[in-house]
Amino acid sequence: MNETTPLIKCRQLTLGYGSKDLVRDLDYEVNVGDYLCIIGQNGSGKTTFLRGLAGLLSPKSGNIELCEGLKRSEIGFLPQMNVVQKDFPASVEEIVLSAFQGKFRLLPLYGRAQRDRAMECMALTRTESLRKSCFRELSGGQKQRVLLARALCAADRLLLLDEPVTGLDPESTETMYHVIKDLHQQGMTIVMVTHDVEDGLDDATRVLNFDQISVKGK
Amino acid sequence: MPELIEKLSFYLDFPFVRYAIIVGVLVSLCSSLLGVTLVLKRYSYIGDGLSHVAFGALAIASVLKFSNNMFLILPVTAAVAVLLLCTGKNTRIKGDAAIAMVSVGALAIGYLLMNIFSTSANISGDVCTTLFGSTSILTLKAEEVYLCIVLSCLVLLTFALFYHKIFAITFDENFARATGVNTNLFNLLIAVIVAIIIVLAMNLVGALLASALVVFPALSAMRVFKSFFSVTVAAATLSVVCSLVGILIAILAGTPVGSTIVAADIVAFGLFYSAGLIRNGGN
Repeated sequence: MNETTPLIKCRQLTLGYGSKDLVRDLDYEVNVGDYLCIIGQNGSGKTTFLRGLAGLLSPKSGNIELCEGLKRSEIGFLPQMNVVQKDFPASVEEIVLSAFQGKFRLLPLYGRAQRDRAMECMALTRTESLRKSCFRELSGGQKQRVLLARALCAADRLLLLDEPVTGLDPESTETMYHVIKDLHQQGMTIVMVTHDVEDGLDDATRVLNFDQISVKGK
Repeated sequence: MPELIEKLSFYLDFPFVRYAIIVGVLVSLCSSLLGVTLVLKRYSYIGDGLSHVAFGALAIASVLKFSNNMFLILPVTAAVAVLLLCTGKNTRIKGDAAIAMVSVGALAIGYLLMNIFSTSANISGDVCTTLFGSTSILTLKAEEVYLCIVLSCLVLLTFALFYHKIFAITFDENFARATGVNTNLFNLLIAVIVAIIIVLAMNLVGALLASALVVFPALSAMRVFKSFFSVTVAAATLSVVCSLVGILIAILAGTPVGSTIVAADIVAFGLFYSAGLIRNGGN
């Protein structure tokens, strides 16, 4: 595992909103098997960079190249929770299963394989018992674990996490890190934006600091 | 009671009453389906705005003396729906302001046109009918009923086919896009379906009340049910029941059809709201 194979290549990448550039002329590679943590002040561009990787924001200049035949439908994404979800009538199972929508084109129904995979992901994130519960009635930590289960269902090779532990109590935080670490050991490439420089970086193999745009290897 | 049933079966012998019931059931079924999506995406007001646009288009169609108004109203409403829903995020004029502009603008121009190029002696009567659908549902022609059936089936089929995609996009559009769903395409599809639904609903309850059919059943169902599937089924059922009750009361009591249906929807919302309170209070 010493040789590095790039999974995503960024060349001269500039990202931003309106006339404001948050990421400028960045050359960076995310490698297969990385556990990459992205840190930095608010407004330093770390979430913007992740949104770029997730394909939610087109580069103003430069490019983001998916390598090794990586497809969008093989990427799992844990975004920050949005307003809509706070009042959403949906069961945990419906939400986790919705992860598969990127993978098939027209099939309106879920098959055995997808249901099994969803159960696995719920087991990994310890949300099995909540399967039939209503999302809006869960606690913050439970919600976040459900969204992680959904991200896992979608993630075959790469998992993008946007501040996965913000707003969680210490116990949920620990569970979350544990789950992510396990996944990484099973071969998943992880990219995580985090504010938690105390514990968040413990398991990371690389750190990208947007305050200095310096890149450290470990 | 037997008297009432006799009166009802007497009315049901008329084809226009049967038409009204067929159209009523189909339209209310379709309109309730996307209600959840619109309410949760904070787009409730779009239904209202679009119905005003449809009113404006109707005015233009009648000025131009189209044989079938639908051929103008539908494309215009669909185009505006696409503009409003699909360019919502990154425009200079924010979503709700754009809707307000388009909606009152269409209303004013529509009324203006109807006045300037008036073909009938009773303008205010015509306008009132279009806005509140006072009698239009009871004067449907066979071809309008067929068009309504075709459009409704189209909406139902599309919804059934893309149910999971619509759920995924409503719940979390960013996630859907990041994992490879073509969200632009499906937002476009949702916009077109909403436009069709609003135009259909306009036939049933009139332009000003059309969005009530979209919003009320979804909001009622959301009070009580906890999964997206059960909310969707409950909203559809509730919407059909309210429309049937509304139409029957309107026929028997001689009240305006549109507002009677909406009144039934409001009563149902009250019941579901109380049921939701009791249920949550019990926990």
